[in-house]
Amino acid sequence: MLSLRNLHARVGEREILKGLSLEIPAGEVHAIMGPNGAGKSTLSYVLTGRPGYEVTSGAAELEGVDLLTLAPDERAARGLFLSFQYPLEIPGVPALTFIRTSVNAQRKSRGEAEMSAPDFLKRARACAADLKMDFDMLKRPLNVGFSGGEKKRMEILQMALLSPRFMILDETDSGLDIDALRIVSEGVNALRSPDRSLLVITHYQRLLDYIRPDRVHVLAGGRIVASGGPELAHELERDGYDKFARAA
Amino acid sequence: MNLVEAIRLRDSSRLPSRRDEDWRWTDLRSLVRTVPEPSPSLDAVRLGPGPFAGICETVVTLANGVGPGAIEVSAGETRTLELRNVACGEGSHAAHLRITVAAGARLTLLESHEGDGGGLSLLSLEVDLASGASCERLVIADGGADAISLVDADVRLGAGAEWGQTLLTNGARRQRLETRVLNPGEGASVRLDGVYVLSGRSHADLTSSVKHSGPQGQTVQLTRGVVDDQARAVFQGRITVEVGADGTDARMAHNALILSDRAEVDARPELEIYADDVACAHGATVGALDAELLFYMRQRGLPEAEARSLLLASFLGEVIDRIQCAAAAGRMRAWLQGRIGGSVE
Repeated sequence: MLSLRNLHARVGEREILKGLSLEIPAGEVHAIMGPNGAGKSTLSYVLTGRPGYEVTSGAAELEGVDLLTLAPDERAARGLFLSFQYPLEIPGVPALTFIRTSVNAQRKSRGEAEMSAPDFLKRARACAADLKMDFDMLKRPLNVGFSGGEKKRMEILQMALLSPRFMILDETDSGLDIDALRIVSEGVNALRSPDRSLLVITHYQRLLDYIRPDRVHVLAGGRIVASGGPELAHELERDGYDKFARAA
Repeated sequence: MNLVEAIRLRDSSRLPSRRDEDWRWTDLRSLVRTVPEPSPSLDAVRLGPGPFAGICETVVTLANGVGPGAIEVSAGETRTLELRNVACGEGSHAAHLRITVAAGARLTLLESHEGDGGGLSLLSLEVDLASGASCERLVIADGGADAISLVDADVRLGAGAEWGQTLLTNGARRQRLETRVLNPGEGASVRLDGVYVLSGRSHADLTSSVKHSGPQGQTVQLTRGVVDDQARAVFQGRITVEVGADGTDARMAHNALILSDRAEVDARPELEIYADDVACAHGATVGALDAELLFYMRQRGLPEAEARSLLLASFLGEVIDRIQCAAAAGRMRAWLQGRIGGSVE
C-alpha cells in the first residue's frame, strides 16, 4: 500500500527526515511514536505535499503511484487523508458545503459522477450520529468556534465521508477527554478494512489501547530507529524515548 | 477642482490631482491631459439587457449622459427601479440625476454602470429622503476596462429615514464611486457596503463620508475587496459625529486581500468625533490568502483554484448577505461568481 524508501526531506535549510524507510501493507495499522522534534508531523506533511516541505531524495509510493510528483489535491483524490493535529477554521463556509465540495472534487478528479445532495446529506447524518455530533454543527462554518475535541471529531467525520484508502492521524488524541477518545477511536476503527491502511502518529500509548496497531515504529532523528509489535508501545511508555534518541 | 466644469468646459486644469487631499490616490489630472470631445449620442434601444434586467418593470437609462433629470417617488409609494448608466466610446460627458423619495415611501434602486471605450464620464446623483422614507441602492459597476468613470452621490436623509447601499465593482482604467451622506439622527440609519474585485491594471476608489448632525443616528459600513495582478484599490471612509449628535452608533470595517506582489490597496478609515456619548468603531485589515488554510483545503481534495474561489466567495459573500432585496442579491452573487469562479453561497 504505502512504501517509503530512504526519504530525505527538509524545511528551509534544515534537514528533518534523514533516510526514512517504511512499508505499510494494505489492511494494516501502523503507529509511529517518537520524541518531540523527531520529524513525525514533517512526515505527514511530506506525504500530503504541504508547500515548503521539500523532498531532497528517496521515494514515496501509494499503491505503486509516485506521490511526490502529485499536487496535494491529486494525492487526496488518490485516497490519501491526513487528520490534522490542529484542524483549521474556514470562516463563512458551512462544514456541510465544504465537505460536499471536497467529496465531489475528489470524485471528479477520479472521473466519477458527483454525489447528489440528498445522498450526501443522508450519509452525513449517519456519520454525525455515529460520532455523537449534533447535526446542526455541520451547518455552521467549518470548525469556527469549535472546541479542540469538536475539531478532532470533525476531522474524523470528514475522513468517514471522504472514505480514503490511506489515513494518517496526526496526534488525534491530543485535546480529547476519555469519552471523546473512545468515540473518535470507534469512528476510526469502523473505517478499518482489508483494503485500507492507517498510520497513527502519537506521543502516547493511550490512543493505541483503542486503535490497536499491527506494528509500532519509533521515529527519532528523522529515521525509523526501531520497529516491533504492539508491545513496543508499552515498552516506550515505561522506559521513555531516551535510549532511542541516543541511538539516533 | 470641479469635475462638472472640467468636463463641460473641457478644461483639464479643473480635474482633481494628487494635490487635492481626497484625490491623492486617484489622480485624474496627470492621466487626462486633454478632456475628450463631448460623447456622441447613443442609441439606447440597441443596448442588450443590463445586469438587473427583468427584476422590475421600470427602466431608466442614461445613454452617454442623456436621459431623465429627475425621479420622484411619492408619499407612501413602494417602487423598484432599474437605473442604467451607459457610457460608450471615447468622448466625455457629465449627467445629473435628482432622486426624491417622499415621506414613508420606499425605493429600491438597481443601478448599473455599463459601457465600453476609453471615455470620461461623470454621473452625479442627488438624493433626498424625506422623514421615514427608505432607499436601498444596489450598484454593479462593470463598465469598460479602459474607461475613466466617476459616480458621485450626495444623499440627504430626513429624520428616521433609512439608506442602504451596496456597491460592487471590478474597476476601470480609473474609477471613483463616491458617496456623501448627511445623517440627521432621530433614528435615521445608513448602511454603506462595498465589494471590489480587481485584476489586470484596473483601479477602483470607494470613497465615502457620513456626517452625523443630530442625536440617535446609526451608520454601519462593511467594504471587502480583492486585488490581483497590478490592480489598485482605494478605500477612504470618513464618519463625522458633530457636536450634539449624542447616541450615535457608527461602525466601519474595511478588509482587503492582496493576491499579487504588484497589486496595491490604499486605505484611509477616519472617525471624527465631537460628541461625548457615542459608540464608534473602525477596523481595517489588509492581508494575503492564508497559505495554511489553502493547504488544508487541498488536502481534502479541492484543486488550488477551487480552494481559492471558495475562500474568496465566503470572504466577499458576507457583504452580499446584508442586502435586503433578494432578487438583486441573487444577481450580485452571480456577478461576483463570474469574477472569482466557484459559487458564492
